[in-house]
Amino acid sequence: MSYPDDLAYSREHEWVRVDGARATIGITSYAADELGDIVFVELPEVGAALSQFAVFGVVESVKAVSDLYAPISGEVVEVNDALRESPELLNADPFGEGWVARVELADRGELQALLDADAYAAETS
Amino acid sequence: MTYSPHTDPDRERMLEAIGAATVDDLFADIPTSVRASDWDLPAPLTEQEVRTELARLAGRNRMPEVSFLGAGVYRHLIPAVVGEVIGRPEFATAYTPYQPEVSQGTLQSIYEFQSLICELTGMEVATASHYDGATATAEAALMACRLTRRSIIAVSAGVNPDYRRVLGTYCSGPGIEVVTVPIDLAEDGSGTTDLARAAEALGPDVACLVAAQPNFYGQVEPMAELADAAHAAGALLVAVVEPTSLAILQAPGDYGADLVAAEGQPLGVPMSFGGPYVGLMAAPMASVRQMPGRLVGATRDAAGRRGYVLTLQAREQHIRREKAASNICTNQALMALAATAYLSAVGPTGLREVAELSMTQARHLAAALEDAGLAERRFGGAYFAEVTMRLPDAARRHAALVEQGIVAGHLPERDDPALRDTVLLAATELTTDDDIARLVDALEAIR
Amino acid sequence: MNVAEAPPADASGRGAAFTGPTGGEELTVVEPLIFERSRPGRRAVRFPRSSDAARERSAGQPELPSTVLRAAAPRLPEVSELELLRHFNRLAHLNQAIDLNFYPLGSCTMKYNPKVNEWAAALPALAESHPLDPEAVSQGSLELMWLLSELLKEISGFPAISLQPAAGAHGELTGMLMTRAYHRANGEGEQRRKVLVPDSAHGTNPATATMVGYETVTIRSNERGGIDLEALRAALGPDVAALMITNPSTLGIFEDQIDQVVEAVKAAGAIAYMDGANLNAILGRFRPGESGFDVMHFNLHKTFSTPHGGGGPGAGPVGVSERLEPFLPAPMPVLAAGIADEVRANARAGRSTPDARFAMDWDRPHSIGKVRSYFGNFGMFVRAYTYIRSNGDDGLRTISEDAVLAANYLRVRLHDVYDLPYDRLSKHEVVFSGRRQKREHGVTTLDIAKAILDHGIHPPTIYFPLIVEEALMVEPTETESLETLDVFINVMRDIAEQAVTEPEALKRAPTTTPVGRLDEAAAARRPDLRYRFGDVTDAPAADTRERRRAAATRNAPRT
Repeated sequence: MSYPDDLAYSREHEWVRVDGARATIGITSYAADELGDIVFVELPEVGAALSQFAVFGVVESVKAVSDLYAPISGEVVEVNDALRESPELLNADPFGEGWVARVELADRGELQALLDADAYAAETS
Repeated sequence: MTYSPHTDPDRERMLEAIGAATVDDLFADIPTSVRASDWDLPAPLTEQEVRTELARLAGRNRMPEVSFLGAGVYRHLIPAVVGEVIGRPEFATAYTPYQPEVSQGTLQSIYEFQSLICELTGMEVATASHYDGATATAEAALMACRLTRRSIIAVSAGVNPDYRRVLGTYCSGPGIEVVTVPIDLAEDGSGTTDLARAAEALGPDVACLVAAQPNFYGQVEPMAELADAAHAAGALLVAVVEPTSLAILQAPGDYGADLVAAEGQPLGVPMSFGGPYVGLMAAPMASVRQMPGRLVGATRDAAGRRGYVLTLQAREQHIRREKAASNICTNQALMALAATAYLSAVGPTGLREVAELSMTQARHLAAALEDAGLAERRFGGAYFAEVTMRLPDAARRHAALVEQGIVAGHLPERDDPALRDTVLLAATELTTDDDIARLVDALEAIR
Repeated sequence: MNVAEAPPADASGRGAAFTGPTGGEELTVVEPLIFERSRPGRRAVRFPRSSDAARERSAGQPELPSTVLRAAAPRLPEVSELELLRHFNRLAHLNQAIDLNFYPLGSCTMKYNPKVNEWAAALPALAESHPLDPEAVSQGSLELMWLLSELLKEISGFPAISLQPAAGAHGELTGMLMTRAYHRANGEGEQRRKVLVPDSAHGTNPATATMVGYETVTIRSNERGGIDLEALRAALGPDVAALMITNPSTLGIFEDQIDQVVEAVKAAGAIAYMDGANLNAILGRFRPGESGFDVMHFNLHKTFSTPHGGGGPGAGPVGVSERLEPFLPAPMPVLAAGIADEVRANARAGRSTPDARFAMDWDRPHSIGKVRSYFGNFGMFVRAYTYIRSNGDDGLRTISEDAVLAANYLRVRLHDVYDLPYDRLSKHEVVFSGRRQKREHGVTTLDIAKAILDHGIHPPTIYFPLIVEEALMVEPTETESLETLDVFINVMRDIAEQAVTEPEALKRAPTTTPVGRLDEAAAARRPDLRYRFGDVTDAPAADTRERRRAAATRNAPRT
C-alpha cells in the first residue's frame, strides 16, 4: 500500500499538505477504510484554533465513531462544506475532494513529529 | 415444571460428545471457595398449582368499584384489537431488530410509532421510546444541557412529583443543579407556573425550563409564555405533555417547545400497578445527534424494496460506549406497538372523543361536588380532565370511601403539605354519570 | 422523503415514491404504512356520547382559552378495525421470533417465554391496578413484589434488593449511583473518580459510568479470556470507585479467578459490581452475593423468561450487599406486619397469611431517590414470579445445567470449522471467530449471519465482544431440543463449506427473506425518520419555530 508522497502523516491517520503559510488536512484512506461507509462529519468552526494531536472533530460511520486529531496546529481558515451533504467523499477521495479543513500554520517545526509516506505505509501494514 | 425439552438420554448424548462424565464437570472452573451453598427455594409447581398461586395473590387485591385516581396514570378503554396486536408472538417474542431482514414487522411498526408521536407533538423526530414519562423527562432535560452547554435545570412544581424526583436522581450523576419554580398556590390562584418566578430562575446558566401541560394538578399552563421566557434567557422549553390531551390542546411544537417528553400509558397500555409503560421523546431534527434512544429510519435494499433499519446507531452505547449520550439499551417496543395500535384504532375522531368525554366528565364531577356544597375547586382557571378540589378533612374522608370501594382520587398532600385537604380527581371516557353520583352520595353520607 | 398523498400500493406493491437517499425512485413496498392505508372517514373504535345531564352540569365550568387549542386535528390513521388487524398481522409475518424458530443470540438469552406467565400478567386484579391505589386494596400486588424480592435474594445470595429499575442498563445506572452515594458517605466521593471495566465489557457498562460522572478505565483480558489480574491490581487504587465485571464473561467463560478479583477490588476500597446478564449459566452454582460482590443487576427478560417484545419492556432489579443497602431506591415493598418466615412458608404452600400486611416504605433517608416513576415494571414481576415458582429449586438448577450442556455441545461440534479464540470450557454461550473464513475466503461474519437467515434461523450475535475478531456469539439456551441444535450445527457446517466452495453465494445472502440487505449508510446519511404527509416538509412554518430551530442548530455542540 502506498500513500501520496507529497503529504505528511500522523499516527492517528490524518494527513497534512503544506501550501506556503497554510496547510490542508484530512484523513487517510486507511482510516476511511477502517471506518466503513462514513455518514457524518463534525467539522471545526472557521476561526477555531487547532492544537497538534488534540481532538478537533468527529467522524461517524454506520458502525463506528472516531475522533479526529489535528496533525498540525493552526487557525482554521476554511472547512470543506461539501462534507456536510456528502460525507461519502471521505471514502471516495480522502486525499483530494475529501479534504477536511485548511489552516494557517502556527509552527512549521511540528512537521518533524509527522511521518512521511513510506513511514506511514510501514506503520499501517 | 421445567421448560427444557431434554431427557436424560439427550443429556447423555451431549455429555458424550463434550467428553465430560457428568454435568458437574462443566462447572469445574468455578473456584471452590465461591461455589454456591445450598439455597432454600420452593419446590416446582405444575401449571394448575402455579395458576392457583397467582390467583391467590390477585385475589388479595380489592379492585375499587369506582375510581377517580389519575395523577399520571389513567384508566382508559384499551380496545380489544390492541391486545390482539401485541399478543402476536412474532412481535412479543422477537428481539431488538439488529437483523433487519427478518425484523421488518418490528422496524416498520416503530417507524409508524415515531411518525405518530411527531404528528401528535408537532416535532420533527421522535425516538422509539424510553422506559416511562419520568425517565423521558430526565433524558430530555439532560439533552437540553448538552445542546446549550449549560448545567442548571429549572423545573416547574407543576410537573409530576415522581418525575421531579427521578430528574433529581438523574442529575446527581453529572452534577447538574435542579431549581424548582413554584406554581401559584394561592387559594383560587391559577395553580400554574409562576411566570415572574420562572423569569427570575432563568439565569444565564439555565439550560431549560421543564413544564407540564396539563400540569400535575390538572391545570392548563401558559406554555407559549413559558417558552418565550425560556428563549429570552437563551434556554430551551421542555414540555411534558399528556398524550390524549393533544387531540384538543395545541401541539408543543406550535407553541415553541424545544423538546417534548411524555408518558404514553394512556395510549392503550394497562395500568399494571406502575409498569411497564412507555416514555415518549420528541425533538427538532437539528438536534437528532444528541438524542438518546433508538431510532428507526427508512431505506431500500439492492432489489429496490422499501425497508426499515435501526439508524444513527453511532449515538448509542454499543458504539459510543463511554462517550454515549445515554446508556439506554432497551426501548419499550411492545408498549410502543400498543400505542401505535391504539392511535390507529381510535383515529383522530376517536382520540378527540376520548379527550372531550374526559373533559366533560371532569367538569360534570366538579360541578356536582360544588352544587352539593361538598367541595370547591382549589384553583381558578381552566383544567383539562383532572381537577384539584378543596375537601375538608380530605385524608380521613378518602380513607373512609376506600372502605366502600370508592377511590376519591389522589391526595396531593402526600407530596406537598401546602395542599393538605385537597383531592386530585381524574375523569376519563370510562367515568360514568353513575360513578359521579356514587361519589357525591358517599361524601354526603359522611358529611 | 416527500410521499405526497401517495396512491395506495396496488396488488403488486408498487407505487411508493422514495425521494430520500437515492432520489426520486419508485420502490417496491412490502407492506404499506398504516398512513398509506388510511382513508378519510374510516374508523375502528367508537365512543359513546356524553349524556345531556353531563353536558348541562359541566357547562358552568371554566372554558379552555382559545389560545391553547390545537389548530388542526392530528393526522392519525383512519382505518377500519379489519384493516388495522390485517396490517399488523402482515407486519408480524415479516418477523422472526422465538415462537417460530431458533434464535441463538449470544448474551440475550432467547429462551422460551411461557404462556402461563402471560395468563398471570393479564389477571384483571393485577393488570388493571393503579400504582397509587391505597395500600389497603393492593395487598396482593405488594405481596407479590415482596415474595419476588425474597426469591431473587435467595437465588443471588444478596441480602437486599430493589425491583425499581426498568431494564438492565437502568439497573446498572442504579447500581453505580449507589456506588457513588456510598463513597460520598465515606468522604471519598471526590477522590474515587474511576470505574474499571474489562475490554470485553458490554457497551452499557462504560456508558453507565459516564452517566454517573465517572471516568472509564479499560482493563485488558488475559490470554485465557479472563480479566488480567495483574493489570487489574495495577489499576486499582484510592481513585477507583468500582470494577464492573460480567461473570460469566461476554466470552461465555467463567472468570475462574473471580475470588481473587473481588478480593483485590474490595481490598482497594472499591465496589465490586457484577453485570448479571449471564446469570442463566450459573443458577444454583454461583451466588454473587455470597461471593463478595456488592451489587448485581438481574435481567428479568433474559434469565427469567419475560418476553423481549421486539426490544422491550424488560426489568432490571438490583441486588446489593449490606453496605450498599441504605442507598437503595425508595420506596421498597416491606412486610409491615407479620412474620417473614411464616409468610414465606405459607406462600410456598399456596396460602395467604391473614394478619400479614405489606406496605411501601418511603422512609429511606440515604436512598439515591427514584430512578423511574412508581415501583418498576410490575407486569414483568408477575411473569418472573410465575416462572420462578413454576421452575422451583430443581427447575432453576436444571436451567443452567441444560443451558451449559447445550452451549458446550455446540462448541465441540463446530470448533473444527470455526476458530475458537479461547479454547476453554464454555458456560451458557460460546464465542467463535469468523477470521479463518475472512482471511482465507473473504467471507465475513456478517456474510455468515446473512446466510443463516436463509435457513429460517436467527443468526447469533455478531461483532461482540469487541476483543474477538469477526466475533460470532452463540447462546442456545436450555429450551431448544437436540434436533434443533443438530439442525443448527448442520447449517453452520454447510455455510463453512460454502465459504470455501462458493463464497459469492454467501455474499448475496439473504435471498429468501422479505427484504435483502438494506442500505444502512443511506439511512444514516439522509435520515428519514417519520412519514411525511403531503404538505409537510422540515421547513418550519411559524416564526417562533424558525427562531427555536436556529437556536438549536447554533447550540449543537461537538460531542
